Amino acid sequence: MSRLKILALLPLAAALSGCNYVVLAPAGDIAAQQRDLVIISTILMLLIVVPVMALTVLFAWRYRQSNTSARYEPDWDHSTKLELVIWSAPLLIIVCLGALTWMGTHLLDPYRTLGRIHADRAIDQSKAPLEVDVVALDWKWLFIYPDYGIATVNDLAAPVDRPINFRITASSVMNSFYIPALAGQIYAMPGMETKLHAVVNHAGTYKGFSANYSGAGFSGMHFNFQGLDDKGFDAWVAQAKSAGGSLGRGEYLQLEKPSENEPVRRYGTVDADLYRLILNMCVEAGKMCQSEMMAIDAKGGNGHEGLNNTLPLSYDKYARRGTALGPEPTFVAGTCTPDAPQGQTTASIKAPLDTAPLLGAGLKRPTFTPLKSSSFFLGQRPKSDS
Amino acid sequence: MSPDLLKLIFGRLGIDSLPLHEPILVGTFVMVALGGVTLLAGLTYFRLWGYLWREWFTTVDHKRIGIMYMILGIVMLLRGFADALMMRAQQALAFNGSEGFLPAHHYDQVFTAHGVIMIFFVAMPLVTGLMNYVVPLQIGARDVSFPFLNNFSFWMTVGGAVLVMISLFIGEFARTGWLAYPPLSNIGYSPDVGVDYYIWALQVAGVGTTLSGINLICTIVKLRCPGMTMMKMPVFTWTSLCTNILIVASFPVLTVVLALLSLDRYVGTNFFTNDFGGSPMMYVNLIWIWGHPEVYILVLPAFGIFSEVTSTFSGKRLFGYTSMVYATVVITILSYLVWLHHFFTMGSGASVNSFFGITTMIISIPTGAKMFNWLFTMYRGRIRYELPMLWTIAFMLTFVLGGMTGVLLAVPPADFVLHNSLFLIAHFHNVIIGGVVFGAFAGINYWFPKAFGFKLDPFWGKLSFWFWVTGFYMAFMPLYVLGLMGVTRRLRVFDDPSLQIWFVIAAIGAGLVFLGILSMLMQFAVSFLKREQLKDVTGDPWDARTLEWATSSPPPDYNFAFTPVVHDNDAWWDMKKRGYQRPLVGFKPIHMPSSTGTGIILAGFATAMGFGLIWYIWWLAAASFIAMLAVGIGHTFNYHRDFDIPADDVIRTEDARTKLLAGAK
Repeated sequence: MSRLKILALLPLAAALSGCNYVVLAPAGDIAAQQRDLVIISTILMLLIVVPVMALTVLFAWRYRQSNTSARYEPDWDHSTKLELVIWSAPLLIIVCLGALTWMGTHLLDPYRTLGRIHADRAIDQSKAPLEVDVVALDWKWLFIYPDYGIATVNDLAAPVDRPINFRITASSVMNSFYIPALAGQIYAMPGMETKLHAVVNHAGTYKGFSANYSGAGFSGMHFNFQGLDDKGFDAWVAQAKSAGGSLGRGEYLQLEKPSENEPVRRYGTVDADLYRLILNMCVEAGKMCQSEMMAIDAKGGNGHEGLNNTLPLSYDKYARRGTALGPEPTFVAGTCTPDAPQGQTTASIKAPLDTAPLLGAGLKRPTFTPLKSSSFFLGQRPKSDS
Repeated sequence: MSPDLLKLIFGRLGIDSLPLHEPILVGTFVMVALGGVTLLAGLTYFRLWGYLWREWFTTVDHKRIGIMYMILGIVMLLRGFADALMMRAQQALAFNGSEGFLPAHHYDQVFTAHGVIMIFFVAMPLVTGLMNYVVPLQIGARDVSFPFLNNFSFWMTVGGAVLVMISLFIGEFARTGWLAYPPLSNIGYSPDVGVDYYIWALQVAGVGTTLSGINLICTIVKLRCPGMTMMKMPVFTWTSLCTNILIVASFPVLTVVLALLSLDRYVGTNFFTNDFGGSPMMYVNLIWIWGHPEVYILVLPAFGIFSEVTSTFSGKRLFGYTSMVYATVVITILSYLVWLHHFFTMGSGASVNSFFGITTMIISIPTGAKMFNWLFTMYRGRIRYELPMLWTIAFMLTFVLGGMTGVLLAVPPADFVLHNSLFLIAHFHNVIIGGVVFGAFAGINYWFPKAFGFKLDPFWGKLSFWFWVTGFYMAFMPLYVLGLMGVTRRLRVFDDPSLQIWFVIAAIGAGLVFLGILSMLMQFAVSFLKREQLKDVTGDPWDARTLEWATSSPPPDYNFAFTPVVHDNDAWWDMKKRGYQRPLVGFKPIHMPSSTGTGIILAGFATAMGFGLIWYIWWLAAASFIAMLAVGIGHTFNYHRDFDIPADDVIRTEDARTKLLAGAK
């Protein structure tokens, strides 16, 4: 542990030199662990990279043509011992790095709930995590706080040391939700939900942005993320509440139209069902939700009759989706309301509460059922009655 | 004329498709038009058209086709690099409220075109050109297996490049990034012609690349001279074989994924749309299943070049030939198991991510072994610092850095904080410039005397080398730093003024690289003027080791008057050591393939078909397609496919060489 802390000082020194190396000196525990992995991996690799570079320079100099005192063996081209070293030295490094990768990837899986607040602070069970629904729009970010019934555009805040559960989707094209000071990024994709669990440890204002090019307004698609103390966060929520405006389906359809360099907006009330509708791509009235469609399909589908259950699409988001040679674009019409019952779309992965970093503690043992060789090749056989 | 008729004739193409409102493009067009007219007038004035057509455009000689690939690569490098300069300038200027000089509509095309051109129309032609030129000579063959196909492949590659160049002045190029991820590249969000240019340029060029891959595999497998078993092949031939296997196995994936995207765009299917069960994630997977092998397609031949160069200029057998070959094969196989590392951030589970992270790291083991093999080839050698060796040393020092940051990016949690950042940009330029480009330059300097009979001028060569190397470090080290500050790629404007200094340094670096490119062009010009001084009559100016140096420089049309017989890895070195006497009598007529114009004609129609499809000019697309079929079928009735070089001609050529060699002694 203490060694890790010394390593953590390295980037601090770099940060002191005047620039903001946010990746090396983040404010959130997840990003800090990711930073540690960056540094440990780099040091591991330097173990072999530095000698190689040094040897390159040394050999290049020593065996130059003008140095006739150096040994010259034009036919020496094999040494089993050297070959062993050549293959095993990188192998050893990769074995270490591979183990580190396996553990680090599982421990820092963005879908996994947090196991701790900070290296030396455990989760406070009494505090519920902050839920934030994130929607990447063209070209701005919509943040919905379902617990508080508020929503903001291009403005995100969270209390210090309280775990944040992000659910992330997008309205039209792919983006990547990234706050370097808080945690690593994850894609925001239309019709799909990704998750991110993170916590901010230091109060302050940090940059967030889209890290995946998404069209003309991409450069302006950034926001401020504020880490606030509890009182500050309450004030921030109250400010949004008092802003008044409400965000329903109609307002959302206006909001999602492409616009660039959007200023901060706040909505005092928000349609509680909005995020689910966005995720299922059915904010427009009359359009069937994906969840509904999947539920129907899971029951066997609507058969041939289902083909007729479409309506002409006048636009898909902002551009008409007509093709040169294809039929007029359509979408699947909703068959019944209310929509499919609400539910979580992906199961969340729970983490144990006490996990020292990168030691593999708390990883669930993968379940393994050996296949019978016959069933592996021939498929499941019907059991005989006898 | 009625709008319907106009639409029938011109499709989507109209007067407003010309970018008359973009002063930069108009200026470029004027320059290109003036240059083009001068070139065409010059060719006409000096009556070179007939010569070019007979000796170059219709040739099936692998050596000339190789040279034409190199010319294509270098010409396109100028275009791709102009894009790079514009990007660096834009990012260095767009601070403190300034919008820079490029609007989003233009800037987004510039970075897309830069990526597409550099990979498909610079790196690929340079690598394919070197393989085309060198491989048949190294294995003692007279040509490739399918000489006509070779010509056709080259012109299809040119066809793709032509479509990309046309997009500069008619319409626009894609604004999607170089891999055109949907939904952004789908018709809903990119309704213009840009993505169609992208699709058809790559489809046309892709046909060429795939066919040339098949051709070179056949050549290497079937046309090796007697005695050259697989484990006696030169390492460059080995890496070429693996590269072409990768090409043949991966380019069809690109073809299919682009075909599916074009179905989405043209007939309204839903492979990659948001609605109707389409999955953009499927596109991302498929394109990287092609895309990751692609980087090994580029870098493996470069590894081969470095192996040849290190061994030759250290005056020593290559250390660990067998492990070098196995390392290459292992890399070839593993390159198919790592594609997902390009999108760890898509939200796959931890086990999937760590699987692909670890397979990626495993690739660094054979790559590391290769690095050590070059190192121990230098060990106890007598290293001559000619230009190819300088590039090799620069490669070894640069590539390990790029490899290290690559392995770092393969650790998924590290990738979460560095993905799509300028750190990533720095990483892949570090390996592509440090590996592929340096390799291509080492190869050009190494084999130029073989192709033209005189060495390249060392002064301008060294100038180019130092500009490139310092320019590269100045341009990309700041990007590593910016990546650690969390700066992402493809941004057009910035609001944090403290970042500007790093972009300015990077822009200066790009300027140095520009001087490096100019010095290289100067090197070609000066070498041509000083060709008498730099002349090499021996055919073996570097005291080299492989078969291509056994014949004259430039080699005769038939490469070898007698097919050589090989007893050792370093065949030519072995022949020299055992006092090889060049045969002076007993020449026979040599059977050779005939030139044909079919390749360039077919490729011309394919390009026209692409243009028709891009602009919805259906009659043009249909007519070109029918014409292609007709010409293709017509060619099967061409019975003048081969001829014999008479023994007298062979004797004359070989006697001339005998005289030259006698004069040299």
